[in-house]
Amino acid sequence: MTAIPFPDEPRRRGTNWEKWGWIYMRISGVVLVVLVFGHLFVNLMVGEGVKAIDFGFVGGKWADPFWQWWDVTMLWLALIHGANGMRTVVNDYTKPGTVQRILKGALLASVVVLIVLGTLVVFTFEPCPAGSPADLLPSFCAA
Amino acid sequence: MSTATLEQPPAEAAPIESFTVTFLIRRFDPDVDTEPRWQDFDVEMYPTDRVLDALHKIKWEQDGSLTFRRSCAHGICGSDAMRINGRNRLACKTLIKDLDISKPIYVEAIKGLPLEKDLIVDMEPFFASYREVQPFLQPKTAAAPGKERVQSVAERARFDDTTKCILCAACTSSCPVFWTDGQYFGPAAIVNAHRFIFDSRDDEAKVRLDILNDKEGVWRCRTTFNCTEACPRGIEVTKAIAEVKQAVMRGKP
Repeated sequence: MTAIPFPDEPRRRGTNWEKWGWIYMRISGVVLVVLVFGHLFVNLMVGEGVKAIDFGFVGGKWADPFWQWWDVTMLWLALIHGANGMRTVVNDYTKPGTVQRILKGALLASVVVLIVLGTLVVFTFEPCPAGSPADLLPSFCAA
Repeated sequence: MSTATLEQPPAEAAPIESFTVTFLIRRFDPDVDTEPRWQDFDVEMYPTDRVLDALHKIKWEQDGSLTFRRSCAHGICGSDAMRINGRNRLACKTLIKDLDISKPIYVEAIKGLPLEKDLIVDMEPFFASYREVQPFLQPKTAAAPGKERVQSVAERARFDDTTKCILCAACTSSCPVFWTDGQYFGPAAIVNAHRFIFDSRDDEAKVRLDILNDKEGVWRCRTTFNCTEACPRGIEVTKAIAEVKQAVMRGKP
């Protein structure tokens, strides 16, 4: 009978991202409930409702810094929240190795691309860019 | 009222009805099989019999090669956790009358741990996680000579639920996160850490919280409640894990 080996060192040390990931999911979840339902309410129910949504409606919203920040916050929180959830699924359904690394890499890449593109669009959106041919512009630009 | 005498024997009790129950048991003999296989056995059973009695009848009367663990056979030692009709149960606490005997009863080894033979798995990875959370009392001060360490009723009640664990592995081997790669500490280890983290006589809660604040620690819990559902002792396992999560965030119990 040999003595039971007792581990004298915990397995891994260093910053624990899992804890912060867990806390992030809780906080962003609560904030997203407000942001998403606010977004749906304003877009689909206020005023003319869903019929009001067109190019001009979105252009009008993004002319207002309030809605710019609302949408950008929603974009970042939701994408990171969703990607972290997907990472969890990958952890749960694949064994550590090449496949897992590829899947996580693809997740990270898609989130980075979407966040950068989305943020860029929201803050630089110009419905009537100067110097464009009139036939390519929406009708309200003439005013 | 008259005293019962031999001249008046008590009326013969109505015979208790017995049933033929079919058991489908997942067999695996490492010397012969490359893959586990299902084998069926018909056993004559009373409704008040347990699945363990059926396994005994099979082993003693039909096929002596059937292999399973059991010690006390009364729900205390935690040796005979197995998957019965897809749920982790103690064979010695599962009554035939609680199962649907119109269909075969499926019995297999618990999942997520290496299968050794028939219903026996290698429990070593499970006990390794258990050892890692330091499941023993570590007080910084010595008790007064000849005295016990005083603890109030409320302090004792704080961790009462998690003292009930019998280390049968029903919870850990029902956990889908544990099934994936077996790296997760698992519910049982966290339950046993909880038992000492919230013990007022223990002074090393911080060390255990550090151990469980690991990549494979409490944060891998998805609150699927499989563990709570599986526990033959009725421990609220998922709640205990949630309490450890809260304690990790506070940095103290």
